[in-house]
Amino acid sequence: MSATAASAAADLGGLVETSHVLVCCGTGGVGKTTTAAALAVEGARRGRRVVVITIDPARRLADTLGLAGAGDHVVDRRLWDPESVAPETGRLTALMLDTSETFDGLVARYAKSEEQRDRILANRFYRNLAGALSGTQEYMAMERLHELHETGDHDLIVVDTPPSRHALDFLDAPQRLIRLLDNRVFRVMMAPARGAMRIATAALHTFVRQVGRVVGTGVVDDIISFFRAFDGMEEGFRARADAVRTLLAEDSTAFVLVTSPRRDSIDEAIYFAEQIATHGLTIDGLVANRVHPEFADPTDGPRLRARAAELRATGDTGEPDADAARRRLADRYETVADLADLAARERTVLAEVAAHMGTRAVYVPFLDHDVHDLRALHEVGRHLVG
Amino acid sequence: MELAQFCASSRIVIVAGKGGVGKTTVVATLATMAARSGLSVLVVEVEGKSGLSAALGLPPLAYEEVEARPGLRLRALSADDALLEYLDQKGLQRISGRLVRSGTLDVVATAVPGMRDILLLGKVKQLEQSDSAPDLIVLDAPAAGHAVTFLTSARGLQDAVRMGPVRHQADEVVEMLSDPARCQVLLVTLPEETPVNEVTETAFALEDRVGLALGPVVVNQCLPARWNGSPHAVADATLAQERLPAQDAVALDLATAFVGARRAIQDEQITRLAARLPLPRIRLPFVNEEIGPDAIETLADTFAAQVAAMRPPS
Repeated sequence: MSATAASAAADLGGLVETSHVLVCCGTGGVGKTTTAAALAVEGARRGRRVVVITIDPARRLADTLGLAGAGDHVVDRRLWDPESVAPETGRLTALMLDTSETFDGLVARYAKSEEQRDRILANRFYRNLAGALSGTQEYMAMERLHELHETGDHDLIVVDTPPSRHALDFLDAPQRLIRLLDNRVFRVMMAPARGAMRIATAALHTFVRQVGRVVGTGVVDDIISFFRAFDGMEEGFRARADAVRTLLAEDSTAFVLVTSPRRDSIDEAIYFAEQIATHGLTIDGLVANRVHPEFADPTDGPRLRARAAELRATGDTGEPDADAARRRLADRYETVADLADLAARERTVLAEVAAHMGTRAVYVPFLDHDVHDLRALHEVGRHLVG
Repeated sequence: MELAQFCASSRIVIVAGKGGVGKTTVVATLATMAARSGLSVLVVEVEGKSGLSAALGLPPLAYEEVEARPGLRLRALSADDALLEYLDQKGLQRISGRLVRSGTLDVVATAVPGMRDILLLGKVKQLEQSDSAPDLIVLDAPAAGHAVTFLTSARGLQDAVRMGPVRHQADEVVEMLSDPARCQVLLVTLPEETPVNEVTETAFALEDRVGLALGPVVVNQCLPARWNGSPHAVADATLAQERLPAQDAVALDLATAFVGARRAIQDEQITRLAARLPLPRIRLPFVNEEIGPDAIETLADTFAAQVAAMRPPS
């Protein structure tokens, strides 16, 4: 690994030591969850009280972190610090996001009465809203982050973000949900019609009836009763969303963007960095996951390939053992040549993203084994923090 | 099995897989292969920004169809476009603008989970049934687990909505999805543990919950057979009486050990996949270049060769 990569790696170590919130973001399939878990392990090993919120971990990683059941789980210290070298203060807590439960908690918090809470929780529209995969999940990840922040129990909160269609959904989701809850059409429907408003209200009733004809009147009734039940709570939700945004904008909050060293993934990462800048936020760390190791100088590909061709060109010499050995040697030269070309390609796109973002990616190599247990997580962590 | 027979075994093929497995590459490969076999093919992309157009050497896709090569056309679909078109057909264009502007569409889509998916699939159904329908529609589905949600939404909607046009649309979509002559799913995975687990879960969910017919599983990014760890390079160089610089010897041994270890994982996971999911498998190789039209042509050759070796369904 080059010296520049090593110096960039020191930055992630700094983030793990000094940040209060670390948000791991990026598109699906790039290794966000693994990165989040590995950073959390490193934080605990440096003596911090760390909690990691995972969204949809692979089963074996979930088992490793003890996430089989619901709720928080303090990970056995011997697992993340087998050599007993970490400061006594270190602690690692893991939890899996439960979207519906988090949403229910939020409703309970802002309901004016138990009766209001129960009415909302039982509403079919609400259940759909709380169970929706996209949007709500992002919102609740941020909500859960805020809850954990409020407890004051954790020095560092590492949050994995959902595998969204759009990587910025976790920032936009709260506002989108609030816009939904503020929907004028259904709010006016609830209000008693009076004076000049009557005509507008009548027009709306017609409109809503037409909507009902498309999706069924039962659905529309559910919506209207939800908005009735929810009345008066939107202020609380709005204040909460503002608080989450404030927390994300704090200096002690850091964003780590995870990418893979492939063209499409890098393009997404650059786009993401531009978008996050429009929110007044910056990417504090860039991780390139599963970067192929360099076995030869990446510029040496053509020479290695030429040597393979040369060996193959020899053909049969009448000595079967020697010929077989030569073919194996040619195979190996081709393998190294392929890997050199691959490494060169990956480094080209990574240099592009570095130039664009003004920060170099920390490379996590493509390992020769899958990452499921804490030993492998710690191995990834070492690459992340140097 | 005859290539044309394979490509025409259903009128719609839905390609599904988790993010990062190369689903888009497989869509482009399958479509190219089918077009080469003489079928007229339409690729439908529903998520945007998937890299599909780049793989086929085209600018980003829009609602209008574009031709990638003779017999191969592409277009993008969005749920909102599909809804507006749908309302227009039902003579409800007066409310469609208001639905979008007032944000009521979001409220309604939340009240009817999967409504957007139904409308998209409804539009695909309409394309399939139209007079100018292509021989084959290849649908680039949203990434799994979104794919399971996407494809099971019609069943879910049948429970939530008892009547009305959206319900009617859901019924027709379920009918389309559960008819193997009209529709099948091609799942894409990688030869690694987590993707194998996920593709297995997705396969069972789709079959059990929607009754979808499953085509072969594509195992993408397989390492070539040559890449294996054999005895030390120095030993072979001596045996073959070939020169081998010391630096090369180290690189050769490290690289073959690395690839050998990855291959061992690959073989183990393909064996696991075969044991868990009794479906034919197509192996596509790891492509050591940016995916563009040339790479897709080569992959289509590989895919076609494996189809030729497959036994036709009895």
